[in-house]
Amino acid sequence: MHPIIKLVSQRIALGLLLLFGASALIFGLTEALPGDAAQAVLGQAATPESLANLREEMGLDRPALTRYVEWLGGILQGDLGTSLTNKLDIAESVGKRLGNTLFLAFWAALISVPLAILLGLLAVRYRNRWPDKLISAVTLTTISIPEFLIGYVLVYFIAVKLGWFSPLAMINDSMSIWQKLSAIALPVIVLTMVVLAHMMRMTRAAILNVMQSAYIETAELKGLNNFKIIYRHAFPNAIAPIVNVVMLNLAYLVVGVVVVEVVFVYPGMGQYLVDHVTKRDVPVVLACGVIFAAIYIGLNMVADIVAILANPRLRHPK
Amino acid sequence: MKNIPISALIGLGFTVLYFFVAVFAPLLAPYGMAEIVGDVWEPSSSEHWLGTDNIGRDLLSRMIYGGRTTIFVATAATILSFVTGSVLGFLAAVLGGWADQVLSRGVDLVMSIPSLITALVVLAMVPVTIPVLIIVMGLLDATRVYRLARAVAVDIEVMDYVEAAKLRGEGHVWIIFREILPNALSPLVAELGLRFIFMVLFVSTLSFLGLGVQPPLADWGGIVKENKDGIVYGIGAALYPAVAIATLAISVNLVADWVLNRTTSLKGGRG
Amino acid sequence: MSDPLLKVRDLKIGATVYPPGEKPHDIEIVHGVSFDLQPGKVLGLIGESGAGKSTIGLASMAYGRGGVKITGGEVWVNGRDILKTSLKDIRALRGGEVTYVSQSAAASFNPAKKIMDQVVEAAVEQKKFSRKQAEARARELFAKLGLPDPDNIGDRYPHQVSGGQLQRCMTALALCPEPDLVVFDEPTTALDVTTQIDVLMAIKEAIRDTGVAALYITHDLAVVAQVSDEIMVLRMGDMVEFGSTDQIINNPQKEYTQALVSVRSIDHEEKQPTPEPVLSVQGITARYKGLNFDVLHNVNVDLHPGQTLAVVGESGSGKSTLARVITGLLPPRDGDIVFAGRTLSPSLAGRTREDLRELQMIYQMADVAMNPRQTVGTIIGRPLEFYFNMRGAEKRKRIVELLDEIELGEKFMDRYPAELSGGQKQRVCIARSLAAKPKMIICDEVTSALDPLVADGILKLLLDLQKIEDVAYLFITHDLATVRAISDSIAVMYQGRVVRYGPKSQVLSPPFDDYTDLLLSSVPEMHLGWLEEVVAHRKMESAGN
Repeated sequence: MHPIIKLVSQRIALGLLLLFGASALIFGLTEALPGDAAQAVLGQAATPESLANLREEMGLDRPALTRYVEWLGGILQGDLGTSLTNKLDIAESVGKRLGNTLFLAFWAALISVPLAILLGLLAVRYRNRWPDKLISAVTLTTISIPEFLIGYVLVYFIAVKLGWFSPLAMINDSMSIWQKLSAIALPVIVLTMVVLAHMMRMTRAAILNVMQSAYIETAELKGLNNFKIIYRHAFPNAIAPIVNVVMLNLAYLVVGVVVVEVVFVYPGMGQYLVDHVTKRDVPVVLACGVIFAAIYIGLNMVADIVAILANPRLRHPK
Repeated sequence: MKNIPISALIGLGFTVLYFFVAVFAPLLAPYGMAEIVGDVWEPSSSEHWLGTDNIGRDLLSRMIYGGRTTIFVATAATILSFVTGSVLGFLAAVLGGWADQVLSRGVDLVMSIPSLITALVVLAMVPVTIPVLIIVMGLLDATRVYRLARAVAVDIEVMDYVEAAKLRGEGHVWIIFREILPNALSPLVAELGLRFIFMVLFVSTLSFLGLGVQPPLADWGGIVKENKDGIVYGIGAALYPAVAIATLAISVNLVADWVLNRTTSLKGGRG
Repeated sequence: MSDPLLKVRDLKIGATVYPPGEKPHDIEIVHGVSFDLQPGKVLGLIGESGAGKSTIGLASMAYGRGGVKITGGEVWVNGRDILKTSLKDIRALRGGEVTYVSQSAAASFNPAKKIMDQVVEAAVEQKKFSRKQAEARARELFAKLGLPDPDNIGDRYPHQVSGGQLQRCMTALALCPEPDLVVFDEPTTALDVTTQIDVLMAIKEAIRDTGVAALYITHDLAVVAQVSDEIMVLRMGDMVEFGSTDQIINNPQKEYTQALVSVRSIDHEEKQPTPEPVLSVQGITARYKGLNFDVLHNVNVDLHPGQTLAVVGESGSGKSTLARVITGLLPPRDGDIVFAGRTLSPSLAGRTREDLRELQMIYQMADVAMNPRQTVGTIIGRPLEFYFNMRGAEKRKRIVELLDEIELGEKFMDRYPAELSGGQKQRVCIARSLAAKPKMIICDEVTSALDPLVADGILKLLLDLQKIEDVAYLFITHDLATVRAISDSIAVMYQGRVVRYGPKSQVLSPPFDDYTDLLLSSVPEMHLGWLEEVVAHRKMESAGN
């Protein structure tokens, strides 16, 4: 077997294993900690008898392992259970919200990825000169402020003071794509800013690392101009680290979405999760936790696979 | 202490100032933390430098007390994260084998889920109190410290001077405390700064989501939550924490950068 | 005399340094060097590290590496001062008129592109040849440089060929555009000695056949004597001596050049074996965890008290693995280590403190063999404390004695390793091992990271200390000159086996086995024409077979 196929399949197997482990960890956390769904429904003041009754009714008195296997089996068949608070099917509620979240994340990624690579190249091109220092100072500031605060700063200055865009990002099916895009403009900008800073800094470091290689010196001593040096010699070697950076930041974006959705009251997964954490709705929290973990693990896996595929030593073995 | 660059000096100054204000908050705050002293969202005046908040409390006092809570929770969580993470990381590096495998794979698993998501799952189950917050944040973040400490220690462990100590017959204690620790300290101290900033952002985010510090206690994330409705009316009370968090985070970053640079230049000394 | 191809006048080069705990500042590293190079001639630039030889070589392409800047003087190539031309003209010069061969071809080739693409790139870019012509020329060069399968080797990726082959590909890369001048920057230093001779001969013939001029940069005078017409000796950015190769080698005028020429002429009389060896390696077979082959096969050697056994071999011969087995870091699969009459436990954990004390080790890289956070006093004092329970004034007195023995003195006591030079660091490591009053010290390539004159000083010190302390050395090295200088007996290792073993005089006298013959004849000797003699001799032998 070609070594690259072996490595990639090993990485995929590891991803599946992690996914399984993560589901067990999330489920285990809800089991190991004091309090359970019955307690959550009845509150702290419930009598032991009523608690015991409700537990029996909800099937919580059965062994944890049995319930875990049932729960996992359900998820694999698309059944995420029912919500405690509104008795609705979770899969149905999640379906639409997940779409909304991915819609938001997609546009943020579409803007931030090319911009981050461009700014990263610019910072390397003007290394230690003013464009690099300016980019570095601005990104350091955005990294130093939590997402939700960047959100409110933008709302205050752009939506309220300037009157552009709406401070809330409500969308529904009856809206046209342009109306939707206008509605999510601010959250997309916030997410872009947050993820851009990290991605640009990491891209800059990745390109610098390649530019310091001896083969770049060789290219320079061949009399190539800067464009050819970057295009022919730096770029083929920088693809893997840059793709890696992009994937890691997309994973980060998925988490950033949670907070930004709350700020803009956007009907996505993040807001759904936070709402139900506050209501202590355990089945919903479990379902959302597993979905977020799966996206995160998946993107990290893609990052590693790209790194394997881009390695010439693995692609062309001896 | 000579040759500190100006940026690190500024960072150090601000960091010290913030901690000073946090420690002496009751002496410095003009009003009580929960004391209602005026109307809702009064603009800034000579009595209330930053104005008042959503129920008429003095915003400057809220910010000072809020900084105290935020900095205290972040500091405690950072200490917990560092002690747990670095002790386990060093142990894994020195013991190797079975112990290392168990610890490292466990950390891989915890890190495969975003920490905010894990924190939300945990906080859905247990009542949110300050000790719970510190423990949850500290333990989740300990995974990152563990990875760094282990990586640094493994790098040092393969150095010839550690091998020389082993060949001399030195025990684990000498090797960890006399050979590895002095050389691992600088990168860990720089990381300490970054972890602290992360903790400030983390606790602020949780409080903003309503799952962190609970009212009536003030903290920077909570102040945003309380005053966010004012923003649509053009009232900027919710934005003051942004300034506070950003200046604190940038200051600590500047200090951490300097510590890290100093270490690398030491390593790269006469080659 | 025709116009020189390369004319350098009063060249000054500066660099920015970043000393620990100080502000970065500029220093001058080349202080006004002048020389001429005629077309088709080879000039050797020789000097120790820090002499500025690579920097001068790159200056002939108007290039400064890292923070290096050319601060003054003139560099004329083909009649124009390249320090005063535009960047565009400099780019036309690089890769066309002047090309470069670096020390590490492995790092200088782009790992993501095929060898052929990289070899022809400059020739095509500078419009010297069409792509097709350039490829034909590259294949020709591959054949001329003795590369296997010259028609197809260009289709491989850099990691798919060996280090010696890649170094020859780099030479092809430099010669492909038919340049007027090639800068060779230590092109054979990273290679094993038996590979070096082939690459050296290939380079020499390629230079001769193409009629190109060359700057040949190296720290090894014996190597440069084989390829150059003239030699310039450099030291710390100044020219020491300039002359024909014959004059520099056979009649050096300056004291420094004389020292370089006479290096490794230590006289050491071979001692007779004693009845009772201090160390007896008996039938050792070993492999690393996770590997499915042995790296040592049935190794048997003895070391006698107060004597030196040199274990010599190229990279991958297993000589360092042998050291790991003897120290107990790698328990062998089979065989015994008998030390001072007792059989040692195979693993470190099973050895007594006395075992550990009597068997000390000195490493190749003194930099990383000392804890950078400990002072010299702590480093040398720790074994005294640990093995002899010495404290306070008694310990201090002994540390000072040891510092005097290694010719450093008391003032070094409170310094940190970063404040010492390479040679001083290695001396401190020697003192640390002597502090344990050992019966035997393993010296693992202790001089190979040092400049020749410094290395010479270390070898002399080790020999003096052997007389005073009556300590035995197991001396691991790839350098046969060092072996000649220091050993009483020699074990030659090849692919994990001892292929030749005995007293020095016997091992170094014919008749030889094939490998030892190859190894011994590959060591460059400091006389003119050595390379041709060896190659002719080998050709005759292979013709005879």
